[in-house]
Amino acid sequence: MLRFILRRVLLAIPSLFGLLVLTFFLVRVVPADPATALAGENATPAQIAAIRHEYGFDQPLYKQFVVYLGQVARFDFGESAYSRRPVSLDIKQRLPATLELTIASLLLGTFLGIPLGTIAAVYHNRWPDITLRILSVAGVAIAAFWFAIELQLLFSMELDWLPLRGRLSSSIDAPPIVTGFMLVDSLVAGRWDAFTDALHHLILPAITLSLGGLATIARFTRAGVLETLQRDFVTYARAQGVPSHVLIWKYVLKNSIVAALTQIGLLFGGLIAGAVVVETIFDWPGIGFYTVQAILTADYKVILGVTVVIGIIYAAVNILVDLVHGLVDPRLREQL
Amino acid sequence: MSAPLLDIQTMRLSVKTDEGTAQILDHVTLTLPRGRILGLVGESGCGKSTLVRAVLGILPRGASVDSGRILFENEDLLRLSEQELAKRIRGSRIGFIPQDPYLALNPVFTVGDQLLSVMRWHAPAPPGVTGKRARMRHHRARLVELLRRVQIPEPEAVLDRYPHQFSGGQRQRLMIAGALACNPRLVIADEPTTALDVTTQLQILKLLKSLVAEFDISMLFVTHDFGVVAQLCDDITVMYAGQTVESGPTAAVLADPQHPYTQALLACHPDRAQSLLGIPGRVPSPLNAPPGCRYAPRCPHAIDECTRRAPHFAQTGAGHLVNCRLAETRPEAA
Amino acid sequence: MLVLKKFAKDKPAVLGLIIVLIVIFVAILAPLLAPYPGDVSASHLLRRLKPPTWAYPFGSDNLGRDIFSRVILGTRGALMIATTVVGLAMVIGVPLGLIGGYYTGWGSEFIMRVTDMFLAVPQLILALALAQLMTPSIESAMLALTLTYWPFFTRIVYAETRRLKNALFIDALQCMGASVPRILFLHILPNCISSIIVRATIGMGFTILMAAVLGFLGMGATPPDPDWGLAISESRQYLPDSWWFATFPGLAIFFTVLGFNMLGDGLRDIVDPRLRRSR
Repeated sequence: MLRFILRRVLLAIPSLFGLLVLTFFLVRVVPADPATALAGENATPAQIAAIRHEYGFDQPLYKQFVVYLGQVARFDFGESAYSRRPVSLDIKQRLPATLELTIASLLLGTFLGIPLGTIAAVYHNRWPDITLRILSVAGVAIAAFWFAIELQLLFSMELDWLPLRGRLSSSIDAPPIVTGFMLVDSLVAGRWDAFTDALHHLILPAITLSLGGLATIARFTRAGVLETLQRDFVTYARAQGVPSHVLIWKYVLKNSIVAALTQIGLLFGGLIAGAVVVETIFDWPGIGFYTVQAILTADYKVILGVTVVIGIIYAAVNILVDLVHGLVDPRLREQL
Repeated sequence: MSAPLLDIQTMRLSVKTDEGTAQILDHVTLTLPRGRILGLVGESGCGKSTLVRAVLGILPRGASVDSGRILFENEDLLRLSEQELAKRIRGSRIGFIPQDPYLALNPVFTVGDQLLSVMRWHAPAPPGVTGKRARMRHHRARLVELLRRVQIPEPEAVLDRYPHQFSGGQRQRLMIAGALACNPRLVIADEPTTALDVTTQLQILKLLKSLVAEFDISMLFVTHDFGVVAQLCDDITVMYAGQTVESGPTAAVLADPQHPYTQALLACHPDRAQSLLGIPGRVPSPLNAPPGCRYAPRCPHAIDECTRRAPHFAQTGAGHLVNCRLAETRPEAA
Repeated sequence: MLVLKKFAKDKPAVLGLIIVLIVIFVAILAPLLAPYPGDVSASHLLRRLKPPTWAYPFGSDNLGRDIFSRVILGTRGALMIATTVVGLAMVIGVPLGLIGGYYTGWGSEFIMRVTDMFLAVPQLILALALAQLMTPSIESAMLALTLTYWPFFTRIVYAETRRLKNALFIDALQCMGASVPRILFLHILPNCISSIIVRATIGMGFTILMAAVLGFLGMGATPPDPDWGLAISESRQYLPDSWWFATFPGLAIFFTVLGFNMLGDGLRDIVDPRLRRSR
């Protein structure tokens, strides 16, 4: 098990390195002069030169890259040009908010998507299946930012059921930070009011973000269950009188879930990207919102730092998915 | 003589496909007396497996029984609902041994989990054993005993293993134990030795034969191999293209086959064939099968009448029935 | 013929095709279909933010422009962006996939590693970063989207080429001395065409969605373009009173993308029977 994790971590290193090269290339090489871009439109040549020296742009590229690698290894991404705070500190503060949001929507997508996909497969080509097929295509076709706005229109502005933006109402004191997860922290502090308020704030963003994933998970579960239903062991179990509800929800589902699991790993990248949009609309103080700000203000140290962190999370999620994969399938478990 | 355990009477079954309706079973008749082993023989695609599925009530979608009855202990299985079949027939009174034990076991659950789940639903608990835990303990003990009986080494440990950790022969022994787990009256074995090598095949056949007497069951043994039938079965029923063509005591049918198809098939068997000739022509498509005898297009004795009307069963010996015009016209044997 | 029959039986796919045809039709005839084609740049401050009426079925926006006309005119931009991006991505991605799949060695290895690298970064973030490097405009948005989408084509063409490379008929061609470009473009490429078409159809929907996001975040279309994403972004400060302002452009995005996705799914079912949705 440990060896498996170690091997996977080692395998992830080349792709992380590639990611570093790509971001470095994009941020430092593609723009004609990053210093000019950073200094702003009204900068004097002296100011530009100062910035160039401060950021080390006057060094040869390979040296800059080596310096950059050393920084990354120490999780030292420098100071944000916009917030004037260390990037790593900003990320540390904001990452839990994004993780809370993505995990919530992943859970939503998984726990709704898998049963929905299974039901559709069991009622293959009948109305539950057809409905789900239409809904799942629609779920992928909908623009998340528009859907978020429509949700705000209906549930926040019109019905006034759920808050419009943010993680917590301004009237409620935030619980002391332990994990950074608002729901967990409020429970740790025994603050029931903060918990329910945070939960209310989480609902609309999580629904918006889960939409695409929900549709994808439902589709892959459906395809997996349909395939499994054709296998011989299903016939055998039926012939031996295993009741159909046990057969479907226990035996067939465990076999089919592998396909959906693989998707969850792939979905994570999409979720992070979706968080960029969702956080912007719901003023969610997470890393996606931060990234958009950084991109808009050409805050290149933030961009580099965020990319590295997202890349690591992405690799970690994929390793985790492989682990779970192995736990589900005993034939793979022996290789762990 | 008491009523047979399983009595299938003139059953017709069709499947709707994209290209039309296929008549998969056409007047199938089959009788299995208590305590005996009946070999159901035919080439692949002749409807053997469909017949088995019909008995178990697990027909694929699109298949429907048009007429006939499946009497099991004097109860027509075709009249039972899916719930009733699942509850008191499949697994409990009829055990099933599949063709390929490797594909029939779910790879992601332990063997014990799978076999015990069947017992949990169907195995009767002896009086005095109450409570879920006590029942499961009882089932577990019984399963271990059964596994020992089918000669699986370390039966206790085996329950926690996964299907891929067994050899083919062992897997088939597991399936046999599974079929017997709930004290069935009838065991249906669907080509249980086809996926095995010859030595293992022989061991499994011996095991089955001894179990039939020991557990007081009857067995419907589906196969395409006359050699296996000769070793194992008391009676034989031969099918061709969805029709029963001949049935009777194994010795009588093998020694003196009456139907031209049985004769041709036996002649093809490597042990008997002087040359590897095969039967000329091919099996007709069930999509537009001729109204009469389905073997007629390949039969050397066929006349016009054969293709126009279905033949009737004629008795040619004690319990020896033949579904052929030739036998009809022949004077009945004493 | 069998393919056509199979396609005709797949109702969602047919519906998708119909939607796509309608969108193309609207895009071509947009200036004729829009009741107020001048509302691309005009402003009528007297009738700003009016709810839908018969004369203005989708209402009017913050500058008093007819939203119905702007949604119709926006079809052009959306399709133009999507076809350009997908087309360019194909031009870049397909040859790279052919080369990467046909040759072995560090060159093709390099191509595939770069492809994987691009695929590892979330498309939206990459596109945002790329778009930011250029001045915000439709052109830079298109370029950014192209640069993020080509790896998808490289991947599928690579896989197909690898599969076909060892096929008997390619061996035969090599023995007959056919040139490599000839083998690649005349013999291998036609075999990839169906997967490329499927990917392109799905890519159309995906690109329209991405372009809308870029427009919404202010990195794509610039005012006064009748861009759907941009319109939704502009509408935000007039909510909840002017609900129609955001709703109708969003519906336009939804139906267009839905059409392409349903069509793409249907085509994939035909091309790749393994993923077929019906037995």
